[in-house]
Amino acid sequence: MHREELAARAAEHQRRLDGFAHHILVCAGLGCPDNEAIIAALRRAVAERQMENRVLVRKAGCMGLCALGPIVLIQPGEIAYQTVRPDDAAAIVASLGQEPVQRLLLPPDLPFFARQHKNVLALSGRIDPESIDDYLAAGGYGALLTVLTGMRPVDVVRSIQESGLRGRGGAGYPTGLKWATVAKATGDRKYLICNGDEGDPGAFMDRSILESTPHAVLEGMIIAAYAVGASQGYIYVRAEYPLAVKRLRLAIREAERSNLLGRAICGSGFDLTLQIRLGAGAFVCGEETALIESVEGRRGIPRPRPPYPAEKGLWGCPTLINNVETYANIPPIVRNGAAWFAALGTDRSKGTKVFALTGKIRHTGLVEVPMGISLREIIFDIGGGIPDGHALKAVQTGGPSGGCIPADFLDTPVSYESLHELGSIMGSGGMIVIDETSSMIDVVRYFMEFCMEESCGKCVPCRAGTAQIHRLLTRFQERRATAADLAMLESLCDLVKHASLCGLGQSAPNPVLSTLRYFRQEYLDRMVPAEPDGEVQP
Amino acid sequence: MPVNESTAPPADDTRWQLIDRVMQRLDRRPDALIETLHAAQDAFGYLDSTTLAHIASRLRLPPAKVFGVVTFYNHFRLKPKGEHTLAVCTGTACHLKGNDKMLAWLRDRYHLAPGDTSPDNRLSLVEVRCVGACALAPVFLPDGALVGKKSFGEATAIIEEWLGDAP
Amino acid sequence: MTTPILTLTIDGRPVSGLATETVLQVAGENGIAIPTLCFLDGLSATGACRLCMVEIEGSAKLHPACVTPIQEGMVVTTQSERLRSYRRAIVQLLFAERNHVCAVCVSNGHCELQDLARELGIDHIDFPGRYPALAVDASHSRFVLDHNRCVLCTRCVRVCAEIEGAHTWDVKNRGIRSQIVADLDTPWGTSTTCTGCGKCVHVCPTGALSEKGRSVAEMQKKRPALPYLVANRAEERR
Repeated sequence: MHREELAARAAEHQRRLDGFAHHILVCAGLGCPDNEAIIAALRRAVAERQMENRVLVRKAGCMGLCALGPIVLIQPGEIAYQTVRPDDAAAIVASLGQEPVQRLLLPPDLPFFARQHKNVLALSGRIDPESIDDYLAAGGYGALLTVLTGMRPVDVVRSIQESGLRGRGGAGYPTGLKWATVAKATGDRKYLICNGDEGDPGAFMDRSILESTPHAVLEGMIIAAYAVGASQGYIYVRAEYPLAVKRLRLAIREAERSNLLGRAICGSGFDLTLQIRLGAGAFVCGEETALIESVEGRRGIPRPRPPYPAEKGLWGCPTLINNVETYANIPPIVRNGAAWFAALGTDRSKGTKVFALTGKIRHTGLVEVPMGISLREIIFDIGGGIPDGHALKAVQTGGPSGGCIPADFLDTPVSYESLHELGSIMGSGGMIVIDETSSMIDVVRYFMEFCMEESCGKCVPCRAGTAQIHRLLTRFQERRATAADLAMLESLCDLVKHASLCGLGQSAPNPVLSTLRYFRQEYLDRMVPAEPDGEVQP
Repeated sequence: MPVNESTAPPADDTRWQLIDRVMQRLDRRPDALIETLHAAQDAFGYLDSTTLAHIASRLRLPPAKVFGVVTFYNHFRLKPKGEHTLAVCTGTACHLKGNDKMLAWLRDRYHLAPGDTSPDNRLSLVEVRCVGACALAPVFLPDGALVGKKSFGEATAIIEEWLGDAP
Repeated sequence: MTTPILTLTIDGRPVSGLATETVLQVAGENGIAIPTLCFLDGLSATGACRLCMVEIEGSAKLHPACVTPIQEGMVVTTQSERLRSYRRAIVQLLFAERNHVCAVCVSNGHCELQDLARELGIDHIDFPGRYPALAVDASHSRFVLDHNRCVLCTRCVRVCAEIEGAHTWDVKNRGIRSQIVADLDTPWGTSTTCTGCGKCVHVCPTGALSEKGRSVAEMQKKRPALPYLVANRAEERR
């Protein structure tokens, strides 16, 4: 299908959409249960009033404010309703073109929405994730056509390098540099992988992106494949995300039918096939070499690096691996230019980042903000602060590989560097808010149990070390720890951090180390005087 | 139990045709293993040694390798599940909001630890590592349907009612 | 094309090696001993035990010598206080992980784990033992597998898959619950893939795999000449 045909198809769909006076969009993400019943009720209400030709009820992706979901959005007018139930349908339909339903109305100037800067999430909640025509009508696949008709692969790589985009999956490696390495690697076959194994408990950015705008991820992948010279790609998604998998399968099928995937894409000489590979419940598979092992059908055991996947990855071939949000950033960069992206954010952390706000925070949900914004703005302005009169104690970022940042550092601008300096990491974007009712020892022991259970078992420091650290943390939790336990805890964390084979092991001590740094008193308060002989009792 | 690798599955079992189709689609290459295991578990509910032996021989893989893969990933089960399955999310947000208490209650009320099935085969309890619905924490899934944002009292009442055990 | 020869410095000594060689190989050729456990010449290197970690000038990280290719001008340190303390901790973690009781072990006096403890001057274990309840598989007519003494080096898995071609062994579960497994968790004696060649027994560094009927300290292993087997197999197959 050529450029003109796609443009005609998008215009045709837009005409159809414009034929309706009112659009009712219902969030149909995992975070808004009951959405099917709401959609059915709204359609019934529309039919009862015989407004089928004037009102279109559609499912949409995530609108972000999961705490007040299910959310229903009325267009035109940008009227957003909160915590809608099926029996609100009649009132909503009756109000179309009249005064909005006041009891359901979300304040239009709510900082949760007003303070965000949506780039990756721009179409999330505004189009039907299961319709490629919706994506096309919203300008989707335009970036791909720009690339295929006017840019050489080397131009695309340069543009991504100039944008300053860094990997959104955790480590923040410069995306353009990764692309350049794979593009330069020699070999007849190159592969492309999308890492959708979002394993950090408390993180759901990638799930939401895949559920809301699957085509944006595909478009980013197709552009990347063109840039690095890959003709075969895999999307590795957690089996725990059935809705994301379903929508992704549909999106791939629709893209194939529209000649946006397959042979001679859009009349160019470029071929690409994409396949889904289901994860099966192993956090370590987020590590890129373990993910490759898993795509190859094996136990997800990390390989020593080097060689890096960019040189020797899937089946020994050069392989580009980026995560879901990274790929979703590509179409906007191509559309708006590298300079536009580079102007957002801080000196070394460019663009916007999607965060999942959870834990003890009023507006739990998904937000997208420019890099460099302070934690205070995210948690208090956008997130609405801590509910039930409690006080913020710490923010946990980066999941089991990250750390706990105490309230004193709320004015820190959020960037890869600043979070690292505070002993945490950006990670994939999970932000778990902890109030004074939680014990840091309990939080840290929870994460260590996670790492112990998710350790692949290959290298000794991670396999046996995390188990010993977990045992020590249990002693602290039970208020049985001694000074010798504290010393052993610190030396084991140092060992596991520096001697483990992969990122999972190397970062597993981070939650402990960051709390030893900022919440040491909680450890000291849980110690008992040493045994008389000074020996550590097992 | 010794495994006879030539054990052929019943030819008339349509579920096997489905699984064979998955293997065919991936050219019966070794990397088809995990996809095939997903298909087999979807079809049979779990993976017993006959199923594993058959998959190993069809994909020409050593049985030990298949067993290593099956036991590496949390998602795969070697034993059948009960009539009903209760999944409790153990993600961070759910932990902070009380799912640890929920697991303790299930242990007291139904004598089940995660991974267990009740002796009468009525209920299996499983832990899931974050379903990504953290904004609805704490989350649990009776037979796959997501329930969130319930207080401890509400949640336990829902479970008792679901199982027909309401006092 | 001939492989280039590179020069580097290990422990202050100028040495040279082929560009295809690892730090461990070049160190070995020059009589510089680096402790190893999972490594065995002739099998693929996995970098798993982390005992052969070395320091490389200009890199903040530690590098496992068994999988680190040499580079021109590389400056390697194989012995330092830091490396020694990590190595001691790793060996102690292994002792605490399973149930290692040297005094009653068939491999007492001929055990690589014991040798490492001696070389590193370990005279007690800081970490409390985990004492897992593990089985002994004595179902094979000639050999015994005792999980209590296994260090999960996976030499048996690799020798069986890579040299014998049987792939009877693999690892089941993961993390601290990992265990060596035959076929579909089949008792060894009823394995349908095992050829009974015994290579796994003789590459095992501890008393986890032994010949039946051996008593305390009687199990002396005869390391098969794996590089010879590898070279000869390639030759004979031509």
